[in-house]
Amino acid sequence: MGNPRRQPNPERRNEWWTTLPSAGWLLVFFAVPTLLIVVMSFKPAGPYGGFGEGWSLKAWADMAHPSYPAIVWRTVWLSVAATIVCVGLGLPVGFLLGRADEKTRALLLLLVVVPFWTNFLIRVYAWKVLLHPSGYLRETLVGLGIIGENTLLLYNEGAVLLVMVYAYLPFAILPIYASAEKFDFALLDAARDLGASSIRAFWLVFVPGVGRGVLAAVVMVLIPALGSYIIPDIVGGPAGEMVGNKIAQRVFIDRNWPHAAALATLLMIVTLLPVIFAFVQQKRESVPDGSRKGGGKATA
Amino acid sequence: MSEFLVFDGVTKRFGDFVAVRDASFAIEKGEIFALLGPSGCGKTTLLRMLAGFIEPDEGRILIEGEDITRLPPERRPVNTVFQSYALFPHLTIRDNIGFGLKMAKRPKAEIDAEVDRMLDLVDLAEHGDKKPDRISGGQKQRVAIARALVNKPRVLLLDEPLAALDLKLRQRLLVELDGIHDEVGITFLYVTHDQTEAMAISDRIAVMQRGGLEQIGTPAEIYEAPVNSFVAAFIGDTNFLRGKVSEILDAEYSRATVESIGEIRLYNDRPLEMGEDIALSLRPEKIRIETHPPAEEAGLNAIEGTVDDVIYLGSLTRYWVRVGDQRIAIEKQHARYQLDERLPAWKDRVWLSWRADDGCLLTDFAVEDTELLSLPPEGDE
Repeated sequence: MGNPRRQPNPERRNEWWTTLPSAGWLLVFFAVPTLLIVVMSFKPAGPYGGFGEGWSLKAWADMAHPSYPAIVWRTVWLSVAATIVCVGLGLPVGFLLGRADEKTRALLLLLVVVPFWTNFLIRVYAWKVLLHPSGYLRETLVGLGIIGENTLLLYNEGAVLLVMVYAYLPFAILPIYASAEKFDFALLDAARDLGASSIRAFWLVFVPGVGRGVLAAVVMVLIPALGSYIIPDIVGGPAGEMVGNKIAQRVFIDRNWPHAAALATLLMIVTLLPVIFAFVQQKRESVPDGSRKGGGKATA
Repeated sequence: MSEFLVFDGVTKRFGDFVAVRDASFAIEKGEIFALLGPSGCGKTTLLRMLAGFIEPDEGRILIEGEDITRLPPERRPVNTVFQSYALFPHLTIRDNIGFGLKMAKRPKAEIDAEVDRMLDLVDLAEHGDKKPDRISGGQKQRVAIARALVNKPRVLLLDEPLAALDLKLRQRLLVELDGIHDEVGITFLYVTHDQTEAMAISDRIAVMQRGGLEQIGTPAEIYEAPVNSFVAAFIGDTNFLRGKVSEILDAEYSRATVESIGEIRLYNDRPLEMGEDIALSLRPEKIRIETHPPAEEAGLNAIEGTVDDVIYLGSLTRYWVRVGDQRIAIEKQHARYQLDERLPAWKDRVWLSWRADDGCLLTDFAVEDTELLSLPPEGDE
């Protein structure tokens, strides 16, 4: 095999042809609609909903609404917190899954995926029942004296965070597990052998070892978290509102499409930042060890 | 020499399988001690118990009198060179080597100096900033050794350190490893299934089979005086002669009738009884092969046979000679310019002779061990 750069052109052309259908699909059903949203944010609002003729910056000017910075900030910190907790829990679970024997692993993976068999909305509603002021969870906790008589579990940021972690945890576990499965656990023996406690070995060797999985987990949790709508809507109340709820309000209640479009564009920009970061990170990682694919770690 | 590292009645079971059975032996300070045996014999389990990855069910492990049986791996004064090297892929060679010192919280300047010294020792100074996937297998192996040695362990454990390398590299690294041992003077425990490796590098070898220790001794002792048919067949090649004692000559010599060979004279290092079943190991290079009857000599056994197979190997020729139902392997060294000499050839009548002292009386014989012997190529009748 020669230098891949010098490969003849026909192969590259074939590649283009095989990419075309998916590229076309993305263009028609993703790129164009996204662009339409961005364009819509520069239109004036129509008097009876929808949008009007001509161009306007009003929707963007409205972004300065005093309630927005708090909501954007809440959206970002709740999402980041949910991501940190999910990855934090996903790491030990991924570790156990990677170490488990075939049978246990299959069972554990099934348990991770089982919640998906129930409708998402129902599951979030179930949390509402659990956390409800007269729900048995709160009653029990109050009865045990763990929380005060006046503490509410529902309709606050804590409830949103809790349910987000619950909902997105599988998206952190699965990519970390995928990395852990390929991880060479002899490396942990080596770390222990060289004087690292099991906890240090975990942090210094296992976590970097599943770095790609962690990166994927961050992207898989952070992005849907930033766009959360159902969770804050059901368990958040006014105190737990996120950008997603505002967009919904603008579309369904105010019928102010340009305003909703501007909010959506703003959210998209916030969302793109971690993706760009992850992309750059992966590029940088794959440059020095580009030859990894062929022969990674030595096999025993 | 005191007992530096002691295994005292160490047993390990995995379910019903006994991986190591009542292993008791001592390793001396500064020696290279090999655990040798086929896969599944328990040698790696022993090593992992010493490293701390497996806890024995019974028995104790002591280093200089200190019981380390229950210590976690990170608190043991031993370091391991893993079979797969287990270099940390996200760290540079330097950081790999410095890992243990960093765990020991040594000052950075000291770590740098020690790592430099190690990089020099294993001749990798110019590769320090590379990641492990950018260096060759042999270099990885040396990094693994440096990473373990830098911590100045009291015992260095080597788990099949050369198994992943090709033959040429293996031979070179074996010499290097020996050189490193001379330089650092640390006790090595070397686990291998390769008898040539063990013979080449070790001061003493423990041969293991099915979780048990069969024999411990210097390479020469193990080769020349194997205690049983397994050791005899696993280390090098041999011929097994089985028969019954037919005559006691004196305290040290007797005669025995061997099936299809007849009466032979043998040296016995333990008293034998008339009619007792015996098994003898006779190494191929101890047997002389000639196309004429050997001159009469006291204590010489001579038998007649037909050449069945010949393999010329340059420095030596291997023969298999049929004597009745038995095939005897012989190695003839070519100490002289060989083309001037007519060698015994296929179908030749030949005489085999060996001294009674050159056979080794075995204490145990198991028929299945004959399967370990190298056999001539088939189908050239």
